[in-house]
Amino acid sequence: MKRVLVTITGTVFGVVALLSFKTQGHPRAFAGALPSAAAPTSPAGAPATTSGGGGSTPPDPRSSSAAATGAKKRYVGSAIETPYGVVQVAVTTKGSRIANVSFVQLTAFDGRSQEINSQAAPILLQETVAAQSAQIDTVSGATYTTDGYLQSLQSALDQAGIK
Amino acid sequence: MGTVFSFDLRAPGVERAALDDAIAWLHRMDAMFSTYRTDSVISRLGRGELELADCPPEVSEVLDACAALTAATDGYFDAHAGGRLDPSGYVKGWAIERVSDRLAAAGSANHCVNGGGDVQCRGTAAPGRDWQVGIAHSLRPGELVATVAGRTLAVATSGSAERGAHVLDPHTGRSPAALASVTVVGTRLAEVDALATALFAMGERAERFATDRGLRALVVHADGRSTTIGAPAALA
Repeated sequence: MKRVLVTITGTVFGVVALLSFKTQGHPRAFAGALPSAAAPTSPAGAPATTSGGGGSTPPDPRSSSAAATGAKKRYVGSAIETPYGVVQVAVTTKGSRIANVSFVQLTAFDGRSQEINSQAAPILLQETVAAQSAQIDTVSGATYTTDGYLQSLQSALDQAGIK
Repeated sequence: MGTVFSFDLRAPGVERAALDDAIAWLHRMDAMFSTYRTDSVISRLGRGELELADCPPEVSEVLDACAALTAATDGYFDAHAGGRLDPSGYVKGWAIERVSDRLAAAGSANHCVNGGGDVQCRGTAAPGRDWQVGIAHSLRPGELVATVAGRTLAVATSGSAERGAHVLDPHTGRSPAALASVTVVGTRLAEVDALATALFAMGERAERFATDRGLRALVVHADGRSTTIGAPAALA
């Protein structure tokens, strides 16, 4: 599936898709740069670490083990400062496909650093407010964090050579 | 600008293929309505290179809805606000609503789709528990201004704080300054999202308009005051 990042967390499917739908009257140069799975070009950066794990099971980004299931590589994106905090993600690729996305840093909302290390592609807005209210399922508004998420993700994909 | 879509599917889930189909449909709509791409259907239609009759049926569905919303909002929602055909302000909410319909048709009775902060929920979060949607405070990062609960529930927020001034008053061409954000609550996101955009563009006139039309809305003013119309939400 092109441009789709998948995770399964317990009984809940959480799937994050990146699209270039825009808000009215707000063109941004970034729009054309969204990731899509494609043949890799020469990677600009070396992989930071290699994570094991296979299938849709999200690997722990902190673990480093020999990749048993083929060429999995992990690329850490730039830390992006947003008005809501710092967002930094890591992408794990398998061949030319995105196998997993995880947060390296997410200092957002109440300023508390939230490390989300075992969930692939988080349900972004939900996770960031989980500390405030366990009953909140999702959040309307506040897109700074997603902007930072996308920018960091893009820099990781650039390193991975995925356009 | 890219947008992150999240799909939160509670039991009963759907086959992975159904989810993939839904996401593939979103990508098709994204491409069809992209005003960034000069070769998109909407760009070609806007330049007169295509006739409406030659476009996929989704195009007339969207443009008809935009025209109805322009009439219903005294012109504050306008798919031609930038001087060219650009229904982007409608397409995202519409696409989220429609993809929710597709997931429901595939067997997902309980799910929530969030596209860049615009939310369509369906069914329940858990047996007997309504979906709880937080509304981010547009002036105080990290805080919720309110929460709203429901089953079939659509929530959209339009504001200047998220991304700078991106909604223009089509009558003045300027960004409305009086409001920090407007959230509209309803059941179908396409209309709810467009109404949030229109109300925000109205500025101080928004509250009266929302009251007169019986809308459920939450308005955060630039000075930090917030007011609810139609009791849409529990203040956090």
